[in-house]
Amino acid sequence: MSGIANLRSRTVVLPASNIDTDQIIPARFLTTTTREGLGRNLFADWRYDSAGQPRPDFALNRPEAQGCRILVAGRNFGCGSSREHAAWALLDHGIQAVISTEFADIFRTNSLKNGLLPIVVSEAVSRRLLDHPGLEVSIDLQATTLTLAHGEAVQFPMEAFARYCLLNGIDELGFLLEQRERIAAYESRSA
Amino acid sequence: MHPARTMFEKVWRSHEVLAETADAPAVLYIDLHLIHEVTSPQAFTLLRQRGLRVRRPDLTLATMDHSTPTRTEQLFGGAPIAIESAARQIRELENNCQQSGVELFGLRHSRRGIVHIIGPELGITQPGKTVVCGDSHTSTHGALGALAFGIGTTEVAHVLATQCLLQRKPRTLAIEVSGSLRPGVTAKDLILGIIGRIGVAGGTGHVIEYRGGTIRGFDMDQRLTVCNMSIEAGARAGMIAPDDTTFSYLAGRARAPQGEDWERALERWRELPSDAGAQFDREVHIDATAIEPMITYGTNPGMVMPISAAIPRSDDAAFAKSLAYMGLEAGAPIRDKPVSVVFLGSCTNGRISDLRSAAAVMRGRKVAQGVQMLVIPGSQQVKADAEAEGLDRIFKDAGAQWRESGCSMCLGMNGDLVPSGEYSVSTSNRNFEGRQGAGARTLLASPLTAAASAVRGRVTDPRELLP
Repeated sequence: MSGIANLRSRTVVLPASNIDTDQIIPARFLTTTTREGLGRNLFADWRYDSAGQPRPDFALNRPEAQGCRILVAGRNFGCGSSREHAAWALLDHGIQAVISTEFADIFRTNSLKNGLLPIVVSEAVSRRLLDHPGLEVSIDLQATTLTLAHGEAVQFPMEAFARYCLLNGIDELGFLLEQRERIAAYESRSA
Repeated sequence: MHPARTMFEKVWRSHEVLAETADAPAVLYIDLHLIHEVTSPQAFTLLRQRGLRVRRPDLTLATMDHSTPTRTEQLFGGAPIAIESAARQIRELENNCQQSGVELFGLRHSRRGIVHIIGPELGITQPGKTVVCGDSHTSTHGALGALAFGIGTTEVAHVLATQCLLQRKPRTLAIEVSGSLRPGVTAKDLILGIIGRIGVAGGTGHVIEYRGGTIRGFDMDQRLTVCNMSIEAGARAGMIAPDDTTFSYLAGRARAPQGEDWERALERWRELPSDAGAQFDREVHIDATAIEPMITYGTNPGMVMPISAAIPRSDDAAFAKSLAYMGLEAGAPIRDKPVSVVFLGSCTNGRISDLRSAAAVMRGRKVAQGVQMLVIPGSQQVKADAEAEGLDRIFKDAGAQWRESGCSMCLGMNGDLVPSGEYSVSTSNRNFEGRQGAGARTLLASPLTAAASAVRGRVTDPRELLP
């Protein structure tokens, strides 16, 4: 994974709160053994009608949403199932950050492990973004700031270690593997 | 002398390989890693790409449950598995387990079952253990006093390779439940009531400890149902202090400690409950006597109400969208709504006591005309136990389908689906849009309510049919 520092994009907006991972990628698409190609089924039941045709009124299908890399969603995004396929599907579709007031724990962890940025903002900032789809915003991970269209910058929280790994392209498994001796010592202690 | 500590704190501390700092999360040791066919293949691929081996196959146990067929002929009759991609996933888990030396309860194994049913059933889930699985309902195992939580596939790879996880320490939430449940009210109704009270994100960032007289009085199956749905309140995990109920449940189980090991384990386990005066970050009190049979009306488990109530009103756009999906109206009752599917099973309510309570309602009665009822035992052991008691006959005589174990219609991965637009009363844990099939409308309820609704063919308060 290469380092991620800055991201600038117009937003696509899904205002619903509690968007669960079953919506992000329905279970019937999980009978796969790879992590590739899930983007085409991202939000499948919202994006396509029963004949498999794109619903023109769904936010991600609109012409102005094409190429958007930042999704703004209502509170408690990613709740429900632990399926990492949700993060994989968003990334495969081209979404690289999600902005919400709150994320479900497992989804947040899965996102960070794959370089998808979960950006937590206040109710007020969220409301503005939800009410104005297509705003151009930028995310600076180094400074942990989100800059809105008119230049106003707000800070967002980001766990220090996850930020360090994302900025430097370090994967957490490498860090864990370096703890081998400590792990072995723990095992002999508790045996 | 230690300051008073919570049970969570004790389990967490004793599993720190490295404590967390401002710069780095804790390295937490995992005692039991459960894997299944859907969230493990990409993790094994990652290990192969990195040239890594499974560090502790002896602390890893595999089963298959999510995408497996429930039709007996596909499992034991030589008929092909209907979904080819599911069959491929199953074969891949078989290969991965064989190559890595991980024990697998495979497709035709007599101890196969839903991963969260078989852990406690085998006695491999134990007090004080850290337990993880690539499945959010891993919170179930906390009913025995384990710290158990769901993880993603990258983390599955981390645990396979290092037996450890990088974790920030969650906060604690005490849910104190007092008073006795009234007749016809079950542990499922209690946890639905709790989720309705604190909300679907009410436990985010927290580990819940369920406490109080009501919980102490619950048997293990009831406790498992409560902890199972902790994730539906957003919590990482739910825990219940181990006590004599826990110990007598575990005694003699296949993978529980035996002989002197058992005595030593008991000594350790008795130290686990939260100390008197231990501080929780938050506390919530619930009066169990006020809980009624509950049913969901919307598209998340927090949209729940007493079965006799009217659907609440709200100005929220998402609320209206949710009711539109469900084909329900604010202010209207849900009782007597005709249903076409009833699902009894899942890691929430697929244990023997769940089948017994549903069977008690259905004995001598028939599933209403036009209703399809699916009874899916949580494990092959639950199935065998139920058959030994003759519960299968009660369900079959009523006209329900009695099948092999698995996740089945809880998430419909294996082709067990609710048709679009139809109502299903389900004992499972999620009523999300499309969860039981595209367009399916799920009403979550207890096994008693599910059985009563199957008999009447419409949403029914089980107290109307109880003796």
